[in-house]
Amino acid sequence: MEENEIRAKVAKVITEKLGVDETRVVDSAEYVKDLGADSLALVDIAMAFEDEFGVKIPDEDLGKIDTVGKTISYIKEHLS
Amino acid sequence: MEKERVVITGLGVVSPIGIGKDAFLDGLKSGKSGVSKISSFDVSNYSVQIGAEIKDFNPENYIDKKEISRLDRVQHFAFAAAKEAIEDAKIGSDVDPERVGVYVTSGIGGVITLEQQILVNKERGPSRVSPFLITQMIIDAIPAYIALKYGFRGETNAAVAACASSAKTIGLAMLAIERGDLDIAVAGGAEAPFTPTAVAAFAVMRALSRRNDDPEHASRPFDKNRDGFVMGEGAGILVLESLTSAKKRGAHIYAELVGYGTTTDAYHVTAPDPTAKEVIRAMELALNKANVKKEDVSYINAHGTSTPLNDKNETFAIKQLFGDMAYKIPVSSTKSQIGHLLGATAAVESVATVLSIEKGIIFPTINYEEKDPELDLDYVPNTPREANVKVALKNSFGFGGHNVALVFKKFEG
Repeated sequence: MEENEIRAKVAKVITEKLGVDETRVVDSAEYVKDLGADSLALVDIAMAFEDEFGVKIPDEDLGKIDTVGKTISYIKEHLS
Repeated sequence: MEKERVVITGLGVVSPIGIGKDAFLDGLKSGKSGVSKISSFDVSNYSVQIGAEIKDFNPENYIDKKEISRLDRVQHFAFAAAKEAIEDAKIGSDVDPERVGVYVTSGIGGVITLEQQILVNKERGPSRVSPFLITQMIIDAIPAYIALKYGFRGETNAAVAACASSAKTIGLAMLAIERGDLDIAVAGGAEAPFTPTAVAAFAVMRALSRRNDDPEHASRPFDKNRDGFVMGEGAGILVLESLTSAKKRGAHIYAELVGYGTTTDAYHVTAPDPTAKEVIRAMELALNKANVKKEDVSYINAHGTSTPLNDKNETFAIKQLFGDMAYKIPVSSTKSQIGHLLGATAAVESVATVLSIEKGIIFPTINYEEKDPELDLDYVPNTPREANVKVALKNSFGFGGHNVALVFKKFEG
């Protein structure tokens, strides 16, 4: 999957789950600080990524992907 | 210390005959039915295929978009009605949020989400269950969300008593204001019970009407050919306020809440005690607390479910308590129009009762066609009636033998 495709799908999940405008979904955006997510929303959104990309995000990795950019890298890495 | 008097200063409603108190009032006056074929899910193999659903409800009109999917439909209804009632009462920055409580409940809570998530767990495994299930399912999350959005920090309470649940929250809120613990309480209930399992469960209890080919005439309280209740969904909220606070704010006063009585049958898990002695005692307690004489009761808004047992038992209880006077008191059932909203039903019917006092109209029992020999009271058949409603008794009963009676009174300063 091309990075652009991953980016578009990640953005779609985030805008749907967090109800934020797409323009705010930039690589540097932090879920909690910038996009208004709480701990439950983080779990919810991780599940949605798992469903969308068919990857498994173990609980211990959840804390590592705290920005949109890190999410895209993580998914890219684990897709292959 | 003198007890605070408790008045009603705001109303909100989401009902099968209209969303918002004005639409609800129009629906009550028109005598229309909110019952139709169930469209929430496929009912083709169900013995019961009818219900009183809310067809044109859009949660986006009331709730932040991103929060809608994290809340159950029952919370959507509750919040929509609460928002209307709070705005109707014009509660703003002039109240002390520590002295505002939220007493809003439900009979069965977030069962739509619960049922969906049970299927998710079964089909996709425990790691796919929603992190929002618990806060969508538990009943006390309903008042908690309302309190959170408005910053009300007095007591939240979600007393549960089956189909009498919201009568209990209204009564408990009244007591809290009387005691001086709160100035204002957002009180009532909500229900969103249209899930495949909940409908199946009530159907196999033989509690529901099976008049599937004629939904609008299925809810027919006190009529000879009644065959069960019709399940409904929605929410009703009343803003209760101490008279002191209402006067200070210059709030519009719809009516006064003067009586609350509650008892338990301790007889059977579902069937009412045929002696009705605890139903009678609940009504007596409420009238005593209200300091109202039996002859002063101008109207009874009945529990009136349209089940063979309830309507017979409730009629018997009214006759036992009021004697010959019973024949002179109009008794009607709002459920004839809106169905039975379970834990929300008492709250929505209380809104109707308060509107009867405010507008001077007794709303009818629709679909009343044939007299049942034992049921011989004035059920206000089919047509609304103008009347000066000074004192109204509201009955509410639930499976488990929960009996609650409330007394509303025209406000006189």
